[in-house]
Amino acid sequence: MKPGSTSSACAALIRRDLTLVWRRRGDALNPILFALIVVALFPLALGPEPENLRRIAAGVVFVAILLAGLLALDTLFRGDYEDGSLEQLVLSPHPLSLLLACKIAVHWLTTALPLIVIAPLLGELLHLAEPVRWVLVLALLLATPLLSLLGAVCVALTVGMHRSGMLLALLVLPLYVPVLIFGAGACNAAQAALPYLAPLLWLGAALVLALVLAPLACAAALRISLS
Amino acid sequence: MNALTLWFHKIGSPPTFYRIAGWLGPWCFGLGLLLGLVGLYGGLVLAPADYQQGDAFRIIFIHVPCAWMGLFAYFFMAANAFVALVWRIKLSEILAMASAPVGAAFTFITLVTGSLWGKPMWGTWWTWDARLTSELVLLFIYLGIIGLYNAIEDRRQAARAAGFLALVGVVNIPIVHFSVNWWNTLHQGSTVRLMGPSKIDAAMLWPLLLMALATHLWFFGSLLARTRVGLLELDGGKDWVRTIALADGARSHG
Amino acid sequence: MGSFFAMGGYAGFVWPAYAVFFIVLAIDALAPRLQRRRLLQELRGRLQRRASRDRNGTSS
Repeated sequence: MKPGSTSSACAALIRRDLTLVWRRRGDALNPILFALIVVALFPLALGPEPENLRRIAAGVVFVAILLAGLLALDTLFRGDYEDGSLEQLVLSPHPLSLLLACKIAVHWLTTALPLIVIAPLLGELLHLAEPVRWVLVLALLLATPLLSLLGAVCVALTVGMHRSGMLLALLVLPLYVPVLIFGAGACNAAQAALPYLAPLLWLGAALVLALVLAPLACAAALRISLS
Repeated sequence: MNALTLWFHKIGSPPTFYRIAGWLGPWCFGLGLLLGLVGLYGGLVLAPADYQQGDAFRIIFIHVPCAWMGLFAYFFMAANAFVALVWRIKLSEILAMASAPVGAAFTFITLVTGSLWGKPMWGTWWTWDARLTSELVLLFIYLGIIGLYNAIEDRRQAARAAGFLALVGVVNIPIVHFSVNWWNTLHQGSTVRLMGPSKIDAAMLWPLLLMALATHLWFFGSLLARTRVGLLELDGGKDWVRTIALADGARSHG
Repeated sequence: MGSFFAMGGYAGFVWPAYAVFFIVLAIDALAPRLQRRRLLQELRGRLQRRASRDRNGTSS
């Protein structure tokens, strides 16, 4: 890999982000803890009857992971914004959208992937039926990158704002709603022994579209907010 | 530069547009109010009661025009946002941001009047079907755009960021419009068509179309008033604004 | 007249709907006027402060 080339820049960025996350690996547990707490609240609120919980299990796990991801979204650019490296990234000669795609990929790997790994456990806490479990994991594998990509565009618009938490949630919600509808819809269809392939295919199509367009939109949004 | 381009540039100049909006706005309001009253007379008094829904259907004369306006305002906002981002035209930035609150107001009215219509007709204040959910999402998008615009200090950067968000949210507009065709919804399908005959009685159609025109005029009246405020805000340090501020002070004290 | 206001029994739904329509649009039309007044007031204040600072200097 030639130093100074785009591929070496991307590799360096990925290595840097992974190192930074590893240095604060305790923090990486926060989304997991949050999702666990959210899921634990439901049996406490609705009563422990397995029948009741089983009916809402897939949807609740999906929402819990969505919310945990929303909280973690802020960390995508905050560290780099505060120490000035985000502006360096924007000024670099390499395509910003590619660099941002690498950042989003590392962010997904370190925040969303652990959540997907514990999703079966979360489902088990709510007595999720066995066959639905794998549909849930598959739906999450398609939905969470989509959520990360869409969320990154909105975070780019609010980067640098001090108390942007609520505003970010408001911006991101209209984009998350269709993802949730299709993702949880696939799980609920599987639970009712109905065909569940169609919503998953829609998620896949949206993911492919977002993989191409979201980094470009994120780069444009970042240029606007840092201008 | 030919006459059309010159005229176009003149209109875009803040003091000129401020003056034009100043006399055009009240006319829009006045005409809108007049047409609205005529339309409501036609809808509330002249039109016969629906054989299925009785007199409750008369909510259509405010619900449907407001729904149309919510979508139109978004389209107007997105178009101006696109112009503002690509060509950096100040006036487009202000027009885009001024349409957001008006569009949000129309969307809010649509949701509330729809709920009041749904309770006697469907037996429920709300249902999570595709049309209602996407309309609610539209309201959230509007609120997000307004929130983002107000959160950024620099007005021009704020307008660009919020305009960008508006363009990202454009994907929801076809979903709202076609939701009744794509999904099995509780909400009825479209009866008024742009091309070809509409599936609605003539006595109910003309008040509806008149109300649509009236709400359009109200939208432009409100838009022009808000644009004037936006121009004053943007050009706060300039001479033409200073003159207006002092004249306004003299008028309110003298 | 009474039957007009009764709206075939649906008065409790039709009239609140029309009320929301009129009230929200009225607020929407009046809000810019208030904003304009407040903005011009603020601008006048800013001009006064700047004029007095230019006259008296900033040490005061």
